[in-house]
Amino acid sequence: MKKSTQSPSPSMSRRKFLIGAGGLTFLVTAASVFPGFSVKEEEDASPHAPPSYQVNAWVHLAPDGSITIMNPAAEMGQGSMTALAVLIAEELDADWSKVRIEHSPVEPDIYGLKFRGRGRGRMITVGSFTVSGYFDALRKAGAQARYVLLSNVAEKWQVPLSELRTEPSLVVHPKSGRSISYGEVATFAKAPATLPEIGEEQLKQPAQFRLIGTYMPRFDIPAKTDGSGQFAMDVVLPGMVYAVINRSPVHGAKPELRNETELKAAEGVLEVVKLEHGVGVIADSVEAALAAKKQMQIEWSKGAKAYEYDSESAPQTYRAIAVQEHYAGTSVLVSQGDAQAALAKAQRRFEADYLNDFVYHAQMEPLNAVVSVAADGRSAEVWAGTQASAGARSAVAEVLGLEVSQVHFHPCYLGGGFGRRSMSDYIEEAAHLAKHIRRPLKLLWTREDDVQYGAFRPMSLQRMQAGVDAEGKLTTWSHCIVGTGNRLLGSGARNPYYDIPNQQIEVRNVEHGIRTKHWRAVGHGPNKFAIEAFLDEIATALQEDPVQLRLRLMKNAPRAAAVLKAAAEMAQWGRAAPAGRARGLAFAERSGALVAGICEISLKADTGKIRVHHFWAAVDAGIVVQPENTLAQMEGGIVHGISSVLHERITFSKGQVQQSNFHNYSLLRMADTPESIAVHIMPSSEKPAGIGEASLPVVGGAIANAFAALTGKRLRHLPFTPERVQQVLEG
Amino acid sequence: MKYSFNVNGQNLEVDAPENANLLWTLRERLQLTGTKYGCGAALCGACTVHLDGTPVRACMIPLSMVAGRSVRTIEGLGGEHPLQKAWIEAQVPQCGYCQSGQIMQAVALLEQNPSPSREQILAHMNGNLCRCGTYNRILKAIESVIQQR
Ligand code: FES
Ligand code: FES
Repeated sequence: MKKSTQSPSPSMSRRKFLIGAGGLTFLVTAASVFPGFSVKEEEDASPHAPPSYQVNAWVHLAPDGSITIMNPAAEMGQGSMTALAVLIAEELDADWSKVRIEHSPVEPDIYGLKFRGRGRGRMITVGSFTVSGYFDALRKAGAQARYVLLSNVAEKWQVPLSELRTEPSLVVHPKSGRSISYGEVATFAKAPATLPEIGEEQLKQPAQFRLIGTYMPRFDIPAKTDGSGQFAMDVVLPGMVYAVINRSPVHGAKPELRNETELKAAEGVLEVVKLEHGVGVIADSVEAALAAKKQMQIEWSKGAKAYEYDSESAPQTYRAIAVQEHYAGTSVLVSQGDAQAALAKAQRRFEADYLNDFVYHAQMEPLNAVVSVAADGRSAEVWAGTQASAGARSAVAEVLGLEVSQVHFHPCYLGGGFGRRSMSDYIEEAAHLAKHIRRPLKLLWTREDDVQYGAFRPMSLQRMQAGVDAEGKLTTWSHCIVGTGNRLLGSGARNPYYDIPNQQIEVRNVEHGIRTKHWRAVGHGPNKFAIEAFLDEIATALQEDPVQLRLRLMKNAPRAAAVLKAAAEMAQWGRAAPAGRARGLAFAERSGALVAGICEISLKADTGKIRVHHFWAAVDAGIVVQPENTLAQMEGGIVHGISSVLHERITFSKGQVQQSNFHNYSLLRMADTPESIAVHIMPSSEKPAGIGEASLPVVGGAIANAFAALTGKRLRHLPFTPERVQQVLEG
Repeated sequence: MKYSFNVNGQNLEVDAPENANLLWTLRERLQLTGTKYGCGAALCGACTVHLDGTPVRACMIPLSMVAGRSVRTIEGLGGEHPLQKAWIEAQVPQCGYCQSGQIMQAVALLEQNPSPSREQILAHMNGNLCRCGTYNRILKAIESVIQQR
């Protein structure tokens, strides 16, 4: 049976790491791992920054030839744990079968990624930029490690380094016919005093890749088929206690517990802890904690802003805001030419409003964390699945009044993230509760907690206006997004691949006092839906093929045009769909990846149920490190997208979330998944783009456009639930 | 209270409170954490195990119901089951959290019916949610095992 192992504190493990096991650990200073990134500046150093002798250790080579590579990123199913190791192994010329991957310590100054080379390293896995962000730095780290091996062998054999070559995990000297395995080199190798800077030109050219771009099975998959993969929820420690929290049903409401005495006396209950936003109970078993939670009698304070919020009436409010000439909470994203003046001059004008409801992350592993505070209160250990390990570690230190270095953080696999887990609220809660008990504590969110205290992709209204000239050229475009969640609303609203001379794109934010959050692809879901459906409306009015209309707009974007043509070819666009079916298409870019998607749908007119039968997608994501995983991410994003577009909606009444579990927040199930999903990866030697969120944004537009092709009616409000579809059919 | 039952071929006696449930007993008392909690309400299938050979949602089973019976969990498959191999071959899991339940549900199907039709597979698997959207690969993995027979 599985035991959760506790590793020693970070400084301990690092020291052990350096001298341990007779193997060789490659030590690479932070500055040389990030040659393109700025060297750490004095004012950058925080009191918690590791002392300057600290080094970066990505690769450990044992005498038996096994190679351990550190993974700094969250692994939530997107596969970057494997991809990052591939980058190092490629330049190291490692034999992949000998590679093991471990979660790196949570040390952002060592393992973090510097955004555009500035500031301190950050360990946060968001926005699909893990592989693209680490692409150069980790290949250089691998190349440096290889250099260390070569220079050691050169010295040992007394031959010039330039005469040495490598084959997978082997240093060879063609002249003398000698070779030596990496494992053997590890027995005598010394880390040199200085490491060479590796320039871009010293890295492999794409044609020389042995691993990148080939079939690379994911490292984490076997453990995810036999139950051994460790999620934070799976951590079981001796003497562990269990906690649940009854949180405010309306964000901002404060609790007043009415039956504390009774609760404390309940069987198995150890502690009752009052928090700002709820009441926690700690018990000796999960069952006892859940029973106590049910028993709680809490009165919630009134007056929080969210109490005034009803999502049902929000569209009217948003419409009223969209028509105002000036609105205080406006952020302008694009203002190019004069969109309004051009609209006045246009030959034909188009206008439409699109809407989307809130959606919930529904990651399959409900939020949870394990925190163990030492008996003397001077240190703590944390097990969590998080997209923001460094931030979470600091947050726990703050809650416990400890130095960051006193908090040992054990990253675990994430049972889905989708943006919810870059927020550390659940880990901080566990720390608050653990402080009271000083025993290993597992905080569990029930599914109901996870839904009702969710943080959602915001609702928004998109007012679209466009005009074309006498030749049918799109001359003006305005897109006004009204909703809540501010900076969450704007992503994906820009149209960098469409040539439209006059554009006005803005976000108008309304505060409702409710919780919003990044959700896979953020604003790209709603915005690309509105953009792509609106373009389709224009194409229909102009009686132009939607592929042709887009190709005209993409005249300065050859990569985008190639992706669109590839998808059209895959779906045999232009060939009539089978009777009772129709196709629709959409294009989107997310995190640098360009995607065109086409779906084929049918409709049960009596129930209003849409079924997606086939989905074709082409993606240009630059150099693709793991093609098989890219296909899986594309497929998953399409299924996730269909789920959200056809089913998912969170509603609020007087500030309270009205859904609670999968019976009233339904996800797409297996019987409704498309019969086929075909994905084509465009060959490319451009820098890699992100693939984890690439396909989801095209789904809304593709389905809406297929529906219009099938029925002549427009679906303009996500999700397209059967009731809404019927209303549109009747209306 | 003491409960005796068989888990993965081993007879066990477990000390647990009266309201103990099978899911939390497997996970927290026996540290068989491959069986997951997803919804606690028979809506997701993440907790699927076999009770005397029948797939059940462990989250709905009071431990008292298990006394004297046999439970099989993902750990009991041993890692070499043809479906587990097929799952790796088809690179099914993404986050992986739903997959123990998916595999246990699929194993039960093929034990009852070695060559189900696609419709039968879909109907049998429809209670198991996968948020990461791995359904097409799950289907591919199951069908590959059927074809090998
Ligand atoms: S946890 Fe049992 S069905 Fe979801
Ligand atoms: S693999 Fe993530 S929920 Fe299924």
